[in-house]
Amino acid sequence: MTAVTATETVAATADIRKRGRLVFAATIIVLCAWVLAPIYLLVVNALSSPDQVNAFPKSFVPGFETDSIAFFMGFAGVAKALFNSILVACITMALSIGLGAPAGYALSRFEFRGKGVFRIMVLMTRAFPLPLLALPLAVLFIRTGLDDTALGLALVHTTLALPFAVLITFSLFSGIPVELEEAAWTLGCTRVQAFRKVVLPLVLPGIAASAVFAFVISWNEVFAAAVLTIENRTLTAFLLQNLDVSPLHLKFAGGAVLVVPALIFIFAVRKYLFAMWGIANR
Amino acid sequence: MAEISIRNVAKQFGDFTALHSVDLTVADREFMVLLGASGCGKTTLLRIIAGLETPSQGEVWIGGRRVDHLPPRQRGIAMVFQNYAVFPHLTVFENIAFGLRMQKLPQAEIDRRVTRTAELMHIGQLLKRYSGQLSGGQRQRVAVARALAMEPDVILMDEPLSNLDALLRLEMRAELKGVLAESKTTTIYVTHDQVEAMSLADRIAVMDKGLIVQAERPIEVYRNPAARFVGSFIGNPPMNFLPARKADNGSWRVAGITFKGPKAEREEIAFAIRPEDLSHAESGLPAEVRVVEPLGPHVLVTCDVEGHLFRAVLESDIVLSRGDIVKLAPTPDRIRWFDPETEQSLQVH
Repeated sequence: MTAVTATETVAATADIRKRGRLVFAATIIVLCAWVLAPIYLLVVNALSSPDQVNAFPKSFVPGFETDSIAFFMGFAGVAKALFNSILVACITMALSIGLGAPAGYALSRFEFRGKGVFRIMVLMTRAFPLPLLALPLAVLFIRTGLDDTALGLALVHTTLALPFAVLITFSLFSGIPVELEEAAWTLGCTRVQAFRKVVLPLVLPGIAASAVFAFVISWNEVFAAAVLTIENRTLTAFLLQNLDVSPLHLKFAGGAVLVVPALIFIFAVRKYLFAMWGIANR
Repeated sequence: MAEISIRNVAKQFGDFTALHSVDLTVADREFMVLLGASGCGKTTLLRIIAGLETPSQGEVWIGGRRVDHLPPRQRGIAMVFQNYAVFPHLTVFENIAFGLRMQKLPQAEIDRRVTRTAELMHIGQLLKRYSGQLSGGQRQRVAVARALAMEPDVILMDEPLSNLDALLRLEMRAELKGVLAESKTTTIYVTHDQVEAMSLADRIAVMDKGLIVQAERPIEVYRNPAARFVGSFIGNPPMNFLPARKADNGSWRVAGITFKGPKAEREEIAFAIRPEDLSHAESGLPAEVRVVEPLGPHVLVTCDVEGHLFRAVLESDIVLSRGDIVKLAPTPDRIRWFDPETEQSLQVH
């Protein structure tokens, strides 16, 4: 009797476990599909000829036609917008690492009054809705002559990217034992030399990852770009302005040109971003 | 010449006082061990000497030069860290050469010194490897070689052996002693391991609660503890303590037995004896046996003397069992006395 009950319980537990695994797998599939399906469709359509894009039923296999992309790239203003995007993103990258890495270093190495508050404040900057800031910023920029310049926009993007730069570099520097620096000091280094000869070589890959992340934040940002630039639009702002009146295949091509570089960059530095977010290094 | 002199050094971390006014002089070429439990301030003192911490007050002199305002690189020291601090992005060769390159020595001299110290530490075959490809013991050797290659006046070591396993620690201990004696530098070595301290030191500075309690030769620290803390910290098993009540003309009664003792204006003081200075005899302190542990050469007997824990190391041929009453006679010239309030040693006149 008891033996039977025991086997039944075991069977029931196994059954529940199996169902649990099923639900788990299904959730993962749905989540992946949620992200991957639009990207897939985007790429398929971007790589198809205009006729294929407009045809019905839709094909799920790309036609491997570069007409759309080629036409899009030749579209008036695209090259300039692309250049602007890269310029703004590069300035953002330089500014956020230039300002963020020292802050991250200070956070990881020094005890100072208000350190905890400072860390919260760094995160809090992300809580300000950009639309709220956009109008006063636009006014301020027009007054100072920063409106419609790459530098002006890069400054706004830097405020968006800086918290991440600070937190990523903070975790990078915290991963370097302070004894390594101390050993360098006792071996004849000044603080600066110890940083350059010991800390920098060890954090350089992570700093590069953090820089790429700042680049992508700027690359993807559309709101500030649309509000603060008129002549010198970045690619996102340019697409927002032009694509709603463009034919379908152009929209897909534009979307792909925007999304794919960001995806590649993020994929390249995923290890460091995971580390920052506390997910195991994979 | 590199005599180290620490004068009236104190260190506060916020409200916590890590060091109260410490004075210590280490002679040229002396091997000084700072010994104490964790949190006693020994590492803080070492880091102040190295220049990695600034003292809240006091002066540090190395080789007749006041150094407490100088950064570590200008103090003529080399340091070995507890976690080795071998640079992971450099080969063993470049690690050992690191300080020499900072001094801009000619390449031939760098090669000579790296090869010599690497041979000395038996890591000559590892020079091309990175720290990730080394075992803990090998990393430790690299860290020591890196310090020796600097040919410093002073070597500071912060628990260098504590991350090694027991067997390796024993081996490295003997090796370190030989190498450092050869190198003729002044050494300050921090440890919480009393055996390490006893075996390495020319002098041991025992630290407790931010103070140096006693700084003497190891045998002196062991035989004549300056304070009750030293007796209870050094020795395994530690010293036994029993209360002693005042009796007539300078003698004291301990567990019903009268001993000649110090002249003290107190009703009660502490009687102390090391476990190995007791023997089984006709008359002595009455002890009730609690635990008997045969250790091979001796038997460790844990007893109860008038409600106090009392340990004795006795000849291994003795047969005892739990509940027996034994008489333990202390060797007279090994008895020590301590003041119960100041905890300082009381001299017998």
